[in-house]
Amino acid sequence: MKTVRAFLVGVALIGLGLLLVGLRVNPYAYFAGYVVLQYVIIATAWNVLGGYAGYVNFGTPAFFALGAYTAIFLIEAFGAPLPVLILAGGLVAGLLGLGIGYLTLRLKGVFFSIATFALSVVLQTLIINWDYVGGAKGYTLIRPPAPFFGSWAILLFMVMVGLAVVTVLVARSVERSWIGRGLAALRDNEEAAECMGVPTLRLKLFATTLSGFFLGVAGAPFPYYVTYVEPSSAFDLNYAVNALAMPMIGGTTTWIGPVIGAVLLGTAQQVATVTISSELNLLIVGVVLVLFVVLAPEGIVGLVRRLRHR
Amino acid sequence: MSRPMADTLLEIDAISKRFGGFLALDRVSLRVRAGERLGLIGPNGSGKTTLINCVSGALPTDGGRILFEGRDITALPAHQRTRLGIVRSFQIPKPFTSMTVLENLGIPLEYAAPARSHGAAAALDILRAIGLDAKAQLRPTGLTQIEMRKLELARAMAARPKLLISDEAMAGLSSAEVDDILAILFRLNESGITIIMIEHIMRAVMRFSQRVVVLDAGTRIAEGTPEEIVRNPAVEKAYLGE
Repeated sequence: MKTVRAFLVGVALIGLGLLLVGLRVNPYAYFAGYVVLQYVIIATAWNVLGGYAGYVNFGTPAFFALGAYTAIFLIEAFGAPLPVLILAGGLVAGLLGLGIGYLTLRLKGVFFSIATFALSVVLQTLIINWDYVGGAKGYTLIRPPAPFFGSWAILLFMVMVGLAVVTVLVARSVERSWIGRGLAALRDNEEAAECMGVPTLRLKLFATTLSGFFLGVAGAPFPYYVTYVEPSSAFDLNYAVNALAMPMIGGTTTWIGPVIGAVLLGTAQQVATVTISSELNLLIVGVVLVLFVVLAPEGIVGLVRRLRHR
Repeated sequence: MSRPMADTLLEIDAISKRFGGFLALDRVSLRVRAGERLGLIGPNGSGKTTLINCVSGALPTDGGRILFEGRDITALPAHQRTRLGIVRSFQIPKPFTSMTVLENLGIPLEYAAPARSHGAAAALDILRAIGLDAKAQLRPTGLTQIEMRKLELARAMAARPKLLISDEAMAGLSSAEVDDILAILFRLNESGITIIMIEHIMRAVMRFSQRVVVLDAGTRIAEGTPEEIVRNPAVEKAYLGE
C-alpha cells in the first residue's frame, strides 16, 4: 500500500515537472534545476553504499565520468540515442561498482575510501590518454535539434526529473526491504551480521553495483547538457565532495536524507554561483558540512527526529 | 528433539590454523554429541577462540575437516553455517547499535531462522524468556553489561541454533549475574540445544559442563568430566607451570 502511495507521489512529481515546463519560466531555471536534480541522483546513489552499508566512496567522479564517457563513446561509435546512453552509462558504471564490491573483501573503513579515490585518479588518467573520446583536449558534441519541448535545457530537465524519481523510489524500496535491513546490520557490525546469517558479501556487491549504476545514470546525459566534456570537468572533485556532503547534511540512514541535502545544498550552490561567485560553491559546502558534523551528526533527519521526541 | 544422546552433532577432524609462522591450532579433533554441554578451557592464547572462529566460519582453516550433522561444512561461509544451526555469541558483545533491542533480534529471525518465523512476536518471546522484554524498544547503547550479554544470547537464540557456542559470556560479571546467565544456558540446553561453553570462570564451567576439553598452545591436552579435569596434572601444569 505504502509502495503504491510512494509510486503515486513519484508520478505526481513528474507531473509537477511537466507543469513547470508548461509555465516556461526563465530558461536558466531549467538549466540550474538540472544540476540540482543531478545531485539528487548522485546523493541518493552514493547513500545506498555510504549510508545504508557504511562504505564511504570517495570515487564518485569515477562513476559519474564513466557514465558520461560511455555516452560519448556510444555517440561517437553508433550515434546512439539518449535513452540508450543512460542505460549503457548505468550498466558500465554498475560493473565498475561490482568491481569495487570485491575490494570490500580486503579493504574496510578509510582504506576502502582511499582505494576508491585512487580509482578515480587512475580512470581519469586513462581517459586523458584515450583520443577516441577526446582525450585531454576534450570532446565537443554537436546536438541535433531537441526532439521534444523545443529546447534541450527543458528536455534534459524533464529527463532528470524522471531519473531522480526512479532513483529515489528504488533507494527507498531497497531501504525498506530485507536487503536494507541486512545492509544496516552489516554497517553496524559486519562480523556480527555475518554470524547472524546475513550474506554480507552478496549484499555489499548488490549495494556497490546499484550505487555505481545510478551514479553512471547521473553522468550519462552530461555530454548533452554541457556539449563540451573534458576529463577535468567530468572527474571534478566537486562530485566526490558533494556526494558525501549532501547525504551527511540530510541524514544518511533514510532515503529522504540525501534528497533534502541535495536540494538544499544544490540550490544554495546554484544561487551562490549566480549571485556571488562561482568559486564560493565549495566554501559553502565546507562550512555547512563542518557545522553539521559538529552540531547535527545525524543530519537534518536526525535533528528533526530528536526535536520531535523532546 | 528425539535425537539419542550418542549422536554426533559436530565433528572437528584434525583442523589446523596458522597465522604466519605461528601455529595457533595443531590438528585439533573434537566430537560434540547432540544435546551435550561441553566446556572448552585453556590458558590465554591456547587457541580456544581461534577454534571457535574456525567452526563458525569467521576464519578459514589450514587443513582438516569440520562436519556438522554428518555434512562437510569446511568450505561454507559463516552465514550459511549459521543457517544450518551453528550460532555463536561474541566475547565482546557486538550489538547492531543503530537498531532497537527488538530489531536486533529481527536480523537473525529474518536471515537465519529456518522456519522464517519473522515478526515482533517471535522476537518478544525470546526476549521474555531471557528477561530482556522490558528493554525491547531501547537502543543497545543504553544497556548495562549484563543486559548486553543477555542481548548477545537472545540474538543468538533468534537464529534458532542447534549448536550454541558461548564465547566467554560471563567475563566481568558479578557472581549473581553469572548464576543468572548460567540458568539461561541450562534452560536452553534443556530445550534441546547443544552448547559449547568457553569460559575462564572455573566455577561456572565446572558446574555447567558434562565434559570438559582443555586446549594448550593449540593442542588438546586433556578431556574428561569436570572432576577428572580438576585432578589432571597436565592441566595443572598448563595453567600454573611447573
